[in-house]
Amino acid sequence: MNSIPAGRIIRFALLSLGALMILAPYIFMISTAGKTQSDIFTSSLALIPQHFYFAENFAKAFAKVPMATLLWNGVIVCGLIFFFQVVVAIPCAYAMAKLKFRAARLMMVLVMLGLLVPIHATALPLYFAFDRMSLLNSYTSLVAPFTISVFAIFMFLQFFRAMPDDLLHAARLDGMSELGIVARVIVPNAWPAVTAFAIFSVVAHWNDLYWPLIVVSKQAYATPPLGLMYFRAAEAGDDYGALMAAALIITLPLVAAFLLAQKRFVEGITMTGLKG
Amino acid sequence: MSALSLRGLKKSFGGNAILNGVSLDVEAGEFIALVGPSGCGKSTLLRILAGLDHADSGEIFVGGKDMSPVAAADRNIAMVFQSYALYPHLTAGQNIAVPLAMKRLSRSQRLPLVGPLLPGQKDIRTGIARDVREMAGLLKIDHLLDRKPGQMSGGQRQRVALARAMVRHPSIFLMDEPLSNLDANLRVHARGEIVELHRRAGVPTLYVTHDQAEALSMADRVAVMIGGNLLQLAAPEMIYNDPAHIEVARFVGQPRINIIPAFAENGRVGFEGIRLALLEKVANGPVSLGIRPEFVKLSPSGRSGLAGMIERLEFLGSEVIAHCRLETSGDAVVAKLAPHEAKDLIGGMKVGLVLAPEQALVFGPEGKRLRVAAGARQEPAYV
Repeated sequence: MNSIPAGRIIRFALLSLGALMILAPYIFMISTAGKTQSDIFTSSLALIPQHFYFAENFAKAFAKVPMATLLWNGVIVCGLIFFFQVVVAIPCAYAMAKLKFRAARLMMVLVMLGLLVPIHATALPLYFAFDRMSLLNSYTSLVAPFTISVFAIFMFLQFFRAMPDDLLHAARLDGMSELGIVARVIVPNAWPAVTAFAIFSVVAHWNDLYWPLIVVSKQAYATPPLGLMYFRAAEAGDDYGALMAAALIITLPLVAAFLLAQKRFVEGITMTGLKG
Repeated sequence: MSALSLRGLKKSFGGNAILNGVSLDVEAGEFIALVGPSGCGKSTLLRILAGLDHADSGEIFVGGKDMSPVAAADRNIAMVFQSYALYPHLTAGQNIAVPLAMKRLSRSQRLPLVGPLLPGQKDIRTGIARDVREMAGLLKIDHLLDRKPGQMSGGQRQRVALARAMVRHPSIFLMDEPLSNLDANLRVHARGEIVELHRRAGVPTLYVTHDQAEALSMADRVAVMIGGNLLQLAAPEMIYNDPAHIEVARFVGQPRINIIPAFAENGRVGFEGIRLALLEKVANGPVSLGIRPEFVKLSPSGRSGLAGMIERLEFLGSEVIAHCRLETSGDAVVAKLAPHEAKDLIGGMKVGLVLAPEQALVFGPEGKRLRVAAGARQEPAYV
């Protein structure tokens, strides 16, 4: 052990401490999900539950709210948002990165401006519009505002700029149209960027509470975070154990997805130059 | 009728003229090397030819047909890129098949999933696979067809790129420095192979390179382009022995031609005892004298020739390069010697430089070649 230099131990300790601070709420959530009601409200702070109550809490979570519907809604909404974002952003970013046209600079400015405007600024007009179209409480109202992602355009733009021009020239000489180039050359080579963007997009919209809270008032269209709200309201007394169990259930798919795509995710981030 | 002709092509980017009216004819079956230093506009010219870029003015004819309204894909011009530009996600075989699939299969037949179910496409696909295998056999890359570009060496990628360009039997073949990413040994080998392939296929080829040795050794005719101007288009021997412009003389030949400032007076050029009679009328004034290094001999005794000193000797095996300086004018002169001629020479030695006057080339003040009457002579120098 004495072969490890002191500097390295200090660095490692600092990093571990940082990781622990970030993980603490999550650890506490797992711990609480396994406690009984009386366990939670004792004055002592213990991480290990006195009686393991996991099964009961998870059962309660599934019983009190339609967990399957919530997760299904989350998958549908995130999937549709991601699909449309990619379908719109890839051709758009390709055109801006590799084609010469007069409005290119203007479009770049618009993308930059788009990055600066948060959803909260446009929430009210969007709400009115969906209300007039009688589209509140629908997948459309949950998905439509996010289908054009300037962030996706910006990220793909960086990635496509690094693609060699000669490759596109060769494709044109081989007889491909511009759309053909997008479908046959750009998309098959853009997987690292698409994977990286998928994580950003899915995490953001899976966890989003703000927008579903505005446009959805029926449980049938509730996304997982919104479902947790109903769960709390439905319960007269605060059953934190079951609530934490539910929270655990809705975060697990994301953690699993990230672990599976981790390598590609890091690859994509380094390739798009979005480091740091 | 020429296979390819360019008429007065002009192109400028943001006020910078890249091409100043380039005209060029490529005859059927001809191999023309377009050579020039980096940034002389040769790659731009190639891109315009292929239809990937547009000229500001000028015309392109392929087989007598005006190409200006024709899209890149329909010009039937194939191109090999410096970076090879292979599709990284496809295998070598799929790469070679792409131009055929785009040409022979209809839009709906190319669709994934649905395409392979449509009637009539099966025979076409078999035909494509057969042509790909045939081309692979010709280029000896049969064993590579299932590999992706990332799993191949530079030389193998270059062959796949050649195969992809040749497989559709183009009417013109463009090559943009296809050998510059290969290592030196492989490059010399690949030169021979490309010439051989060209001889067999007989497709008129325009080969862009910045390497003058490559251009001279491969081409039927060499086009020297400098600063957006096509200065000379001639057989390699003509380009070397009879350059039309001082820039051509400077660009071609290794080591570079010696350029010595001289003076023209009353139709004669004089320099340190060399006297040349000009055939053309030239105003009195400064001119340039060009002498290839192999036409400079050194006299170790210093008894003949111009007084000079050896600054440095480079031994290159089959030859020795002597970097000398003339004592009187201070001009640098390089001599290329056989090793036996150089065996008594050492750096810092005083020598006589014998310039072969009948081999001297005279260039006017703007760089244009001036013709000289036969019978030039070098008067003995008196040291």
